[in-house]
Amino acid sequence: MTSERNTDIEIRLLIEAIYLKYSYDFRNYSGASIKRRILHALRQFDCLTVSALQERVLHDPGMFMQLLQFLTIPVSEMFRDPSHFLALRNEVVPLLRTWPSIKIWIAGCSTGEEVYSMAILLREEGLLERTIIYATDINPRSLDKAKQGIYSMQSMREYEENYRLAGGRRDFTEYYTAAYGNAIMDSTLRDNVTFADHSLATDSVFSETQLVSCRNVLIYFNKDLQDRALGLFHESLCHRGFLVLGSKESVDFSAYSDRFEPLVKPERIFRKS
Amino acid sequence: MNGVRAVVIGASAGGVQALFQVLGGLPPGFVTPVVCVLHLPDDRHSQLAEVLQRRLNRPVREACDKQAIEAGLIYVATPGYHLSVENDFSLSLSQEDPVHFSRPAIDFLFFSAADAYGDGLLGILLTGANEDGAKGLAHIKNSGGRTVVQDPRDAQVALMPEAALALHQPDHILTLSGIGQLLATLEASAC
Repeated sequence: MTSERNTDIEIRLLIEAIYLKYSYDFRNYSGASIKRRILHALRQFDCLTVSALQERVLHDPGMFMQLLQFLTIPVSEMFRDPSHFLALRNEVVPLLRTWPSIKIWIAGCSTGEEVYSMAILLREEGLLERTIIYATDINPRSLDKAKQGIYSMQSMREYEENYRLAGGRRDFTEYYTAAYGNAIMDSTLRDNVTFADHSLATDSVFSETQLVSCRNVLIYFNKDLQDRALGLFHESLCHRGFLVLGSKESVDFSAYSDRFEPLVKPERIFRKS
Repeated sequence: MNGVRAVVIGASAGGVQALFQVLGGLPPGFVTPVVCVLHLPDDRHSQLAEVLQRRLNRPVREACDKQAIEAGLIYVATPGYHLSVENDFSLSLSQEDPVHFSRPAIDFLFFSAADAYGDGLLGILLTGANEDGAKGLAHIKNSGGRTVVQDPRDAQVALMPEAALALHQPDHILTLSGIGQLLATLEASAC
């Protein structure tokens, strides 16, 4: 269909324009999902065509920042997939302990739920004090939210069950203060967390790490970009370091399939081989 | 109309039984890939692929991210993730917000598959208790594909087929056994 074909051309041009103007690189994102999100943004911004949206985005950086909120997917929860965190606690923590100091990279940390989950787990295992966590994302607004560590009480009540199933050892309420329907996370949890703007599409490795957690990020990338990201993780990880992915993500079909070995396969925990 | 290169099926309440009936009569040599979205509880250890494979005695796979769609296979969406078809005929997963309270959403599969396969797609919408899939099925039709809606009188829950019929006139309105026959003769009639 002609209009459908036009839309696909316009989307490619928009993505190219964003890259040229703002250096955000969505060129190797999975097409179907990015198309949906752009068309969704189109309706929210009352633009009739993607070309009209492109004109506004190109001439108005504030407009781009608004569009970026549609292009990134801030879906996250604390202790998402509790069995994954239980496996981290039981299978990975005993091995992590053998390093005198630990560096962890949470890539695509979004609004921070994964960061606080990891910090809580490490504190309960007595490792938080000797760990540095790098939490990175491409969306500055998400990073701000992550730094603030304020979540709705309603979602915290949902996370409480996750926390328990993930092998949590204390009362989940000890980790936050409730106020005005919100929960403010214990700020000491992020004493050793560095939040930073980092793109898996355009930036390079910044530190050696013992563990990289990148969950439900790779699914938004095409195979080439998945390989680039896995390459960064491989380069960042020390000898026998750990890579943890989302529940439906794998290294199996990537260029790095023989450079990681599964440690707990159903929980998507891999080890640099 | 060109030959059908892929089939997409959406169903909700009563969908598992309906799938058994629709896919139960496929001839052994049926090669056209079939991709299904069923609304199921958000439990990632869904056994649907195994159950279907045993029941149909055909290879059924749970859809994996960036997996190329292969001839002769039936794919089912994994709970908790949207399932799309990319333009290179691979599958992709995503976690955008639920649509009509559903993730996977039938609409997302139908829209993306129509964009990829154009007039080579056959879309089938079965029983269900919400409106997911109606817009997607109309988009398949608008993209040149062929559409089938289960006869609401034959459906365990009529709302989903009725919503589809309110949006567009499909090529066929059939009972489950009628849809099964259509699929069983699909490849013979395309030659």
